Amino acid sequence: MKLTGAQILIKMIREEGIDTIFGYPGGAVIDIYDTLAKQNDLKHILVRHEQGAVHAADAYARANKSVGVALVTSGPGATNTVTGIASAYCDSIPVVIFTGQVPTALIGNDAFQEVDIVGITRPCTKHNYLVKDINKLASVIKEAFHLASSGRPGPVLVDLPKNVMQTEIDFKNPGKVSLKSYKPNYKPNKKQLNRVVELIQKAKRPVIFAGGGVILSQASKQLTSLAKIANIPVTASLMGLGAFPGSNPLWLGMLGMHGTYRANMSIGNCDLMIAAGVRFDDRVTGNIEKFAPHAKIIQIDIDPTSIHKNIKVQCPIVGDCKTALKGILQLMENKIFNENATWLDQIKAWKDTTPLRYDQGKKIIKPQFVIEKLYDLTKGNAIITTEVGQNQMWAAQYYHFNKPNHFITSGGLGAMGFGLPAAIGAKAACPDKLVVDIAGDGSIQMNIQELMTAIESKIDVKIVILNNQYLGMVRQWQELFYDKVYSSTDMANAPDFVKLAEAYGAKGFRCDRPDEVESTLSKGLNSKGTIVMEFMVDREESVYPMVPAGEAITEMLLV
Amino acid sequence: MKTNRYLLSILVDDEPGVLSRIAGLFSSRAFNIDSLSVANTTEPEISRITMVTKCEPHIIEQIKKQLNKLINVITVNDLTDKKYVQRQLALIKVNAQPEKRAEILRIVDIFRCKIVDVGLFHYTIEMSGNSDKHDAIISLLTPMGIIEIASTGTIALARENGR
Repeated sequence: MKLTGAQILIKMIREEGIDTIFGYPGGAVIDIYDTLAKQNDLKHILVRHEQGAVHAADAYARANKSVGVALVTSGPGATNTVTGIASAYCDSIPVVIFTGQVPTALIGNDAFQEVDIVGITRPCTKHNYLVKDINKLASVIKEAFHLASSGRPGPVLVDLPKNVMQTEIDFKNPGKVSLKSYKPNYKPNKKQLNRVVELIQKAKRPVIFAGGGVILSQASKQLTSLAKIANIPVTASLMGLGAFPGSNPLWLGMLGMHGTYRANMSIGNCDLMIAAGVRFDDRVTGNIEKFAPHAKIIQIDIDPTSIHKNIKVQCPIVGDCKTALKGILQLMENKIFNENATWLDQIKAWKDTTPLRYDQGKKIIKPQFVIEKLYDLTKGNAIITTEVGQNQMWAAQYYHFNKPNHFITSGGLGAMGFGLPAAIGAKAACPDKLVVDIAGDGSIQMNIQELMTAIESKIDVKIVILNNQYLGMVRQWQELFYDKVYSSTDMANAPDFVKLAEAYGAKGFRCDRPDEVESTLSKGLNSKGTIVMEFMVDREESVYPMVPAGEAITEMLLV
Repeated sequence: MKTNRYLLSILVDDEPGVLSRIAGLFSSRAFNIDSLSVANTTEPEISRITMVTKCEPHIIEQIKKQLNKLINVITVNDLTDKKYVQRQLALIKVNAQPEKRAEILRIVDIFRCKIVDVGLFHYTIEMSGNSDKHDAIISLLTPMGIIEIASTGTIALARENGR
């Protein structure tokens, strides 16, 4: 069968079971777009900025438990993807990015719209390729998907020179991928698993700490069973929210800089930590010397570099979270585990004395109140995406995630402008789900142009803007640590978001009264189409608890 | 904490960009490279990189794991605590005034080096050996006036059964 490079590309993407890609055309990919127009198998969603394409692909991957795909042109198209790629890299999300490149004969000549995108993205991709030989195209694409989705997942970039896309060859399916230097270790060491069970049996104050790896390996069920069988309370990193049901009595809330009092105190006092799929980011550990000072630590991770990187652990387990947890559960059969009653009582006491709290008065809307109402109205079933900053932390604290793959946020990189394109990507993957972007007035403006994408592609997303007319998280730091010098964080000069929504063809509602929060949300969520709901919230509300940078996580500033 | 000298022998795919991936890994993670030497092996698609790094013991573990994580890295062999032979090659251009020549020749002889270029006022000496020998001959030649040095990084191979 004779196929052009562009036809091979589309065929290979389809073979991965992917039905939707996100992209933006340009000179170097014009042949691919021509081919796309002449087929119906693969749907292409036209974004309005290439960063949006990668964030959308990232969220598509997370919501769909598959791989996301972005397609952009050379030069500026490629450089615009870098933030999206770096975000997917930090969060270990399987995304394949196809970038156009100038024809092979021009590479290195500083041609029009030429950049060395393979060089630029080397530190923020799991791997990347420049395909100079059409005969290697199909196998490289296959490898790219394999690398992106196996082991510790991550973004893979494939750079495609224009002439390679135009060339026609006899297509041969490359068959199975086999890389001599890449064999991720899924199966954990059995001896170590036995040790885990022993450690759990001996522990008096155990805690499970779940991360994004639990969600990536789809191990929520096993994690939940482990907690229930051995009566172990569970906390999670931002990336791990939803790995354990937020409504379960063993749930401690999120851990870290803006973690709950009881989660942080539990880590400070536990004698055993079972860390699954986490990498001990500084936002979680605070001062590393004082992190879990009394605990033996078990760490399960598929990536050996995650182990002993930031924290010394006593029982490392290299392997897939799900396989490891399954193995542990098997070894736990017919064994008796502690009730941990004293420990659980202690945790309950922490919860009772120091819960998450805010005071919703009659006049000004508190942002936390909006999230709580959103949780009530959606019964916790919506897929939530967030921007970055206070909106993200309040979403993490007050929307109780009961299921995995329902909270999609830029965790490691913290890229503002993530939420709206991510909502579009998640909705494209799950058209039957309600998808809500929880946004701030600052970060929504970073990729506001994607409203047009949502409208054009009829991908209905709901956007909740918590408008405090500040870059609130930076303002909070300025308030607490910089003598209230609000340098460049006042965002009072802002567009009229309702009119802006209307200008794009969406609907907008504004709310500035606490007693109208519920009705506004209800109206917005139940209206057809893409809806912007703007809540004018308390300007100087801060996120608490807060662990000042460099302090122990048990040293929290409370409300 | 104490830093040690580690010697890594790394087999990699012979592809464009591989060296850049390794160098990039070291710079982005603030690891240190003392010396680096790259050449082909008997297999056409594989190159060997010999690297010397000085770091603390827990860092070398990260370095090895991070290297292994690179897709183009096939194996990482830490030779530090194994039996191995190592060599470094240096070309040393030294000021050779007539009254110093006898002394320089004696040093060259003692170190079993070779003079590979002679001029009116200089000798160029070829030295091969381990890094101690390299440092020793340089300290002896320095008083004569070293004009220029070109030196390779350390290369090494495990002894039989040392893999």
